[in-house]
Amino acid sequence: MEYFIQQLVNGITLGSIYGLIAIGYTMVYGIIGMINFAHGDIFMIGAFVALISFIIFGLIGVALPIILLLVLLIAMLFTACYGWTVEKLAYKPLRGSFRLAPLISALGMSIVLQNYVQVAQGARVKPMQPLFSGGLEFFKNSEFIVTVSYLQIFIVILTIILMGIFTYLITKTDLGRAQRACEQDRTMTALLGINVDRTISITFIIGSSLASVAGMMFVLYYGVIDFYIGFLAGIKAFTAAVLGGIGSLPGAMLGGLLIGLIETMWSGYVSIEYKDVAAFSVLIVVLIFFPTGFLGKPDIEKV
Amino acid sequence: MEKQDIIKSFKDSLFTGLIALALFGPIVGLRTVSKGEGLFITPQWGIVFLLVGLCILGRFLININSAKRTEFKFLSSFSSKFAHITEDKAKHFAITGILFAVVFPFLPFTDRYFMDVAIMILTYIMLGWGLNIVVGLAGLLDLGYVAFYAVGAYSYALIATTFGWSFWICLPLAGVFAAFFGILLGFPVLRLRGDYLAIVTLGFGEIIRIILINWYEVTNGPDGITGIPRPSFFGLPFKRSPDEGEASFHTFFGLEYSTMHRIIFLYYLILVLALITNYFTLKIRKLPVGRAWEALREDEIACKSLGVNPTNTKLTAFAIGAMFGGFAGSFFATRQAFISPESFTFIESAIIVAIVVLGGMGSQTGVVLASIFLIGITEIFRDLEQFRMIAFGGAMVLIMVFKPKGILANRKPTILMHGDKK
Repeated sequence: MEYFIQQLVNGITLGSIYGLIAIGYTMVYGIIGMINFAHGDIFMIGAFVALISFIIFGLIGVALPIILLLVLLIAMLFTACYGWTVEKLAYKPLRGSFRLAPLISALGMSIVLQNYVQVAQGARVKPMQPLFSGGLEFFKNSEFIVTVSYLQIFIVILTIILMGIFTYLITKTDLGRAQRACEQDRTMTALLGINVDRTISITFIIGSSLASVAGMMFVLYYGVIDFYIGFLAGIKAFTAAVLGGIGSLPGAMLGGLLIGLIETMWSGYVSIEYKDVAAFSVLIVVLIFFPTGFLGKPDIEKV
Repeated sequence: MEKQDIIKSFKDSLFTGLIALALFGPIVGLRTVSKGEGLFITPQWGIVFLLVGLCILGRFLININSAKRTEFKFLSSFSSKFAHITEDKAKHFAITGILFAVVFPFLPFTDRYFMDVAIMILTYIMLGWGLNIVVGLAGLLDLGYVAFYAVGAYSYALIATTFGWSFWICLPLAGVFAAFFGILLGFPVLRLRGDYLAIVTLGFGEIIRIILINWYEVTNGPDGITGIPRPSFFGLPFKRSPDEGEASFHTFFGLEYSTMHRIIFLYYLILVLALITNYFTLKIRKLPVGRAWEALREDEIACKSLGVNPTNTKLTAFAIGAMFGGFAGSFFATRQAFISPESFTFIESAIIVAIVVLGGMGSQTGVVLASIFLIGITEIFRDLEQFRMIAFGGAMVLIMVFKPKGILANRKPTILMHGDKK
C-alpha cells in the first residue's frame, strides 16, 4: 500500500510534466490541425535554457525562490522565441496546403533543432547539482516510508497554478475567445475581423512557454539532460494528448496524468525495461475502444 | 525602389536580428561544458554575432528581393517545367534510369565508395516504393515503417543463423513475417483516423525497437546479431579460399578474386528487389484492389457507400507494404552481416516517409529522385559529420515550403470516369 502511494506521487509528478507538454500539442492540433512534431524539441530547448540560466544564477548566488522565478521567466521567454520562429519559418508558408506537408516540415524542423543543439551544446549528457533537498515523510512507522519531496510539491503546485492561469486565458479573455473561434472555423473568424495569423502565432508562443516550464521541471527532477530528451518526452506527451482526446485542453492534462501514472506503475510493478511499451500499448487499447480519446469530441464527417 | 521601402526593410531586418539574438544567444552563445564536478559555461559570442549578422543580411536581401519577386519565381517555374518533362517522358526517363543503374557498377569512375552509396540509395528507394503503397496509394500515414524493416531483418538473421537456411529461402519467409506483423498491427488500428493512425504506428515502431533491445534470449539485446550469413551466387559463395571440394564464385568463373564481386552482386540484388517492388506496384494499381486504395485515399465515405470494405482494403495495403519492408530488411541484414536495434530508430521511419512525401506522394519516379537527393545531401555533408543531419532536416523543410506537393506531384488517379479532361 505504501509503495503504491509512493508510485502514485511519482506518477502525478511525471504526469504534470507530460501534461504541460501535451497542452502544446493539443492546442496546435486544435487550431491548425497538424501534429507539431518539433514540439518535443522545443521542450528540450526549454530544458537547456533553464539549465544554462540555473548555472548562471548559481554562480551569481541568488536566493532559491528568486532563482526559480527568474529561470522560469527566462526559459519561457527564450523558448517562446523558438516556438514563434519555427511556426513562421516552417509552418506558416504551408497553411492551406495538403495535410501531410506541415507534418513533414515539422519532422524536418525536429531533426534540425535536435542536431543544432547537439552541435551547439555538445552531445554529452549535462548533469546538474540538485537545487532542492528534503521532503515530507509519511507512514514512518511502517516498513516503507513514503517520501514526498519538496521538488515534487513544487512541480505539482506550479502545474496547478499554470493550468489555472491558462484556463482563465482560454475561457475568459478576448485572446482565448479568438483562439476558440479559430479552432471552429478559421475563414469565418477572419471574416469577423480577427487576425488569424496572430492568433496562431500566440498559440505557438503559449504552447512553447508551457513546454519550457516542463523542460525546467525535467532538469530539476531528473538532474540530467541531453539533446535527445525531446523525442521520447515528445511522443509520450503526444500520446497523452491523443489519450485525453486531441484538441481538448482538460483532456491533455488528464492524458498527461494517465501516461505518467501508467509509466510509474508499470515500472514499479511489472518491469522497468518495458515502461515505454506500456504507454504505447495503453494508447492502442484505448483508441480501439474510445477512438477519439477520453474527452475528445466525436468526429462526424460530413460529405 | 523607394527610400521608404529600404528603411522599412532595414527595420524589419533589425527585428530579425533581435529574434536571432534571442534564439542563438543562450543555446549557441553559452556552451555548457562539464569540468570535474559540475557544469561550467564557455561563452562563444563570436559565433553568435556571426549568425545574427548573417540573419540580418539574409533577411535584408530577401526583403529587397521580394520587392521584385524574381528569384523564387525562376526557381518554381524551373521545377514545374522539370515536372512537366518527366511526366511527359516518364517512360523514357524510367528506361534511361534503369539502363544507367544496370551499367553503373562497370563505369570507369565507380569505386567501392560509390557502390556503397548506390546500394544505400537503392535500399531507400525500395523502402520508399514499399511505403508508397501505404502512404502514396492508400493514403495511410505510417510513421512506424521501420518496424517492418526491423522484423524482416531480424527474422532473416534469426532464421539464417539458427537453421542455416540459404538467403533465397529466408527472404520470402522474412517477407511473410513482416506482412504478418503488418496485419497484426493493422487489424485493430486501421479504422482510426489519419493522425491517430500516424501516432499509433509510431508507437508500434518504438515498441518493436524496445522489445528488440530487451528480449536478450532471442535478439541478443543491444549487442545485436553477428555472423549473419552472406548471400551466395546461386550456391556459389564469395569466399577467397573455398572449402575443400567446393567452388567459389571466382574459381567457378575463372576470375581473379576481388571483394568487389560481392558488392556488385549485392548491388544487383537490391536493384532487382527494388524493381520487383516497383513493377508490382505499377501492376497492382491497375487491379481492383489498387483502384480501391486510390479511391479510399480520395474519399473514404464514398467508398463505403459503394460497398468497398475500408478495413480489408487498407489491411491489404498495409500487409503488402510491410512485406516489401521485410524484404528490404533481410537484404539489409545480409549486406551488413550484423544488425542491432540501433539501425531501426524512428529517424529511419522519418527518412522513409520524407522520401515518399518529398518525392510527391504516389509518384514512383519521385521516390527515386527524393532518395538520391536526400541521401546525396547527407553524403555531401559527410565530412562535416555534425552538420549533415541539420542539412538533411533543413532540406526537408525547404522542399516542403517551396514545393509542398513534393518534387513530382502525382495524385492523378489511374483511371478517370470521363477520360482525361486535359
